[in-house]
Amino acid sequence: MTSPTPAAGDAVRLTGTAKSYGAFTAVHPLDLAVPAGSFFALLGASGCGKTTTLRMIAGLEAPTAGTVHLGGQDVTALPPYKRPVNTVFQNYALFPHLDVYENVAFGLRRRGIKSVRKQVGEMLDLVQLGPLARRRPHQLSGGQQQRVAVARALINRPQVLLLDEPLGALDLKLRRQMQLELKRIQTEVGITFVHVTHDQEEAMTMADTVAVMNAGRVEQMGAPADLYENPASTFVANFLGTSNLIEAEVAGEEGGTLHLTSGGLRLSLPAARCRAQAAVGDRVLAGVRPEKITLAHRDDEDAIPAGRNRVPGRIVDSSFIGVSTQYVVDSPVCPDLEVFVPNVGRDARLAPGAPVVLHWDPEHTFGLDAHQDIDAGLDGLEAEARGAAPERAGTAATAEEAAV
Amino acid sequence: MTAAATEPAPPALPAPAAPPPALRRAAARRRRTPYLLLIAGVAWLLVFFVAPMIYQASTSVQTGDLEDGFKVTWHFATYWDALTAYWPHFVRSLVYSGIATALCLLIGYPLAYTIAFRAGRWRNVVLVLVIAPFFTSFLIRTLAWETILADQGPVVSFLNDIHLLDATSWLGVTQGHRVLATPLAVVCGLTYNFLPFMILPLYTSLERVDGRLHEAAGDLYATPFTTFRKVTFPLSMPGVVAGTLLTFIPAAGDYINAELLGSTNQQMIGNVIESQFLRVLDYPTAAALSFILMAAILLIVSLYIRRAGTEELV
Repeated sequence: MTSPTPAAGDAVRLTGTAKSYGAFTAVHPLDLAVPAGSFFALLGASGCGKTTTLRMIAGLEAPTAGTVHLGGQDVTALPPYKRPVNTVFQNYALFPHLDVYENVAFGLRRRGIKSVRKQVGEMLDLVQLGPLARRRPHQLSGGQQQRVAVARALINRPQVLLLDEPLGALDLKLRRQMQLELKRIQTEVGITFVHVTHDQEEAMTMADTVAVMNAGRVEQMGAPADLYENPASTFVANFLGTSNLIEAEVAGEEGGTLHLTSGGLRLSLPAARCRAQAAVGDRVLAGVRPEKITLAHRDDEDAIPAGRNRVPGRIVDSSFIGVSTQYVVDSPVCPDLEVFVPNVGRDARLAPGAPVVLHWDPEHTFGLDAHQDIDAGLDGLEAEARGAAPERAGTAATAEEAAV
Repeated sequence: MTAAATEPAPPALPAPAAPPPALRRAAARRRRTPYLLLIAGVAWLLVFFVAPMIYQASTSVQTGDLEDGFKVTWHFATYWDALTAYWPHFVRSLVYSGIATALCLLIGYPLAYTIAFRAGRWRNVVLVLVIAPFFTSFLIRTLAWETILADQGPVVSFLNDIHLLDATSWLGVTQGHRVLATPLAVVCGLTYNFLPFMILPLYTSLERVDGRLHEAAGDLYATPFTTFRKVTFPLSMPGVVAGTLLTFIPAAGDYINAELLGSTNQQMIGNVIESQFLRVLDYPTAAALSFILMAAILLIVSLYIRRAGTEELV
């Protein structure tokens, strides 16, 4: 562990921060820097340590190792009430005996500020709750309670606002609305937001930077588009959207392009996009996103331009979901390749049983180390789909993105 | 329900057919059920509360003696005479039970708080321990205090050795080198005997306070003490009110503690009523004293509830 010298631009810096409960390690030693003014998302399935990480920043949980810096100040030993951060809790934790106004004024009053009227009024206007100031929390809807929770935290102008799955209890439509609302507020007030969520779509729409956590470690961190296009591990590839992962062997390299063989077929992969050791004979996983693949009937094979990766196959299943149609294709390289085809002009021949050729630009292929679980991240997605099935189906949402 | 059924249908629509008799009978049964369920309780209250109250009320305005019998003469002067004769006992009762209630709150609150938030898996064990003394009779427990506080007993010897009794005697709550037959003994007995009535309601209402609110308050710059003052305590007010009432009301009417642990100088109004009823056999005075006590308690309690404003918390 290097001695921490926090950069001035970092609102939060975790250095070797870890948390274990007895023999169970909730968070492995973690190094994380959140730039000031950014919207940062910690994304992961439940139990991956993201909430524990957030609680260590808030001071509600003491790290078993490492340090927490806020804006350059070491706060590791400080109790929550001495830290310049505020939290929007998962269940909002509004004070039931106080009305909306007093809930929002709570933090100001604790810091000895006497005239709170103007600030509370402005904050209630910001979250559009002015007329409900004298209501009790139990008289509000879920969305209104959520906005009170945000107002109660934001009014203190914390260095960092921590959000612990604040939208988890809302229905899909309200959640979308609150996502935009939170993003608007963040842009307006310019405070650093650290947002914990298990919803990959929420993380991608709201955050500038997403850290994907798995089993107490950060798997990958970056801009949403970067994570989506260039996943560094099978977990990220599967957890963020859907990926087709093809087991292949490196046959050779020329001019920055790796030539792979899989199931007797030749595929190309830009060497720069391969995250694994790629000497001749090494095994790699070649990945491609379902919406990058074009589906052609076998009869039209001659019309496919040269230089594209081609995989012949047979349609096993197709499901029409409005903006696109999802196909599952059995091929020599993989028994269940997924393809999302936007519903522009539908080809009636593309029905289950039809012989097809899948083709895509080699540039859209990414390479991963084959020494990892090819199904990592799928369990999380399934678990999430079980938990939140009524609101969203993971694959459908990705298809919508693909269609845009 | 009935109103809706008898309302005339809008003219454009055909009148709805009357519900079949079986359905009507079922609806009538449903309406009757709550009243049927109340019968046992209402009968109990009528026989054991309302009837004795009326009987006592009439007794309190009777005059006469045991040989010639008592007659209702609307002699309201009994109330005034009873009050002028026994007002020190009333004051003493209210002061003793008020102090005992305050002590119960001071002792019970930390205990209930610890059970609710800190006891973890020991929670049920500790709760059983709180109730355990109740497996012994009230009388036996109070007699046990008589032994504990006996003049030659180890407790009083110890208190004498450290000269604590000199201090309490100076304060006027004990006399000489004794604890028994002093106000201290009576208040201690009351506090001990009614403590569980304080702890249990406090525990129930503290246990309902969401621990995450403590985290939220801490997150919003409240120190642990401020969190208690601004969040935990206000949220436990229903328990505080229930606990103080459950302690104060029976303690104000108690006579066992004063009888066994006090002397004639510590007699409470309960002792007076008991002796008027059972020894002096002056039934009108005893009944009048009972009513005055009840009125005093009702007055104090209603003022207290208005002050505490619990209806807002529910």
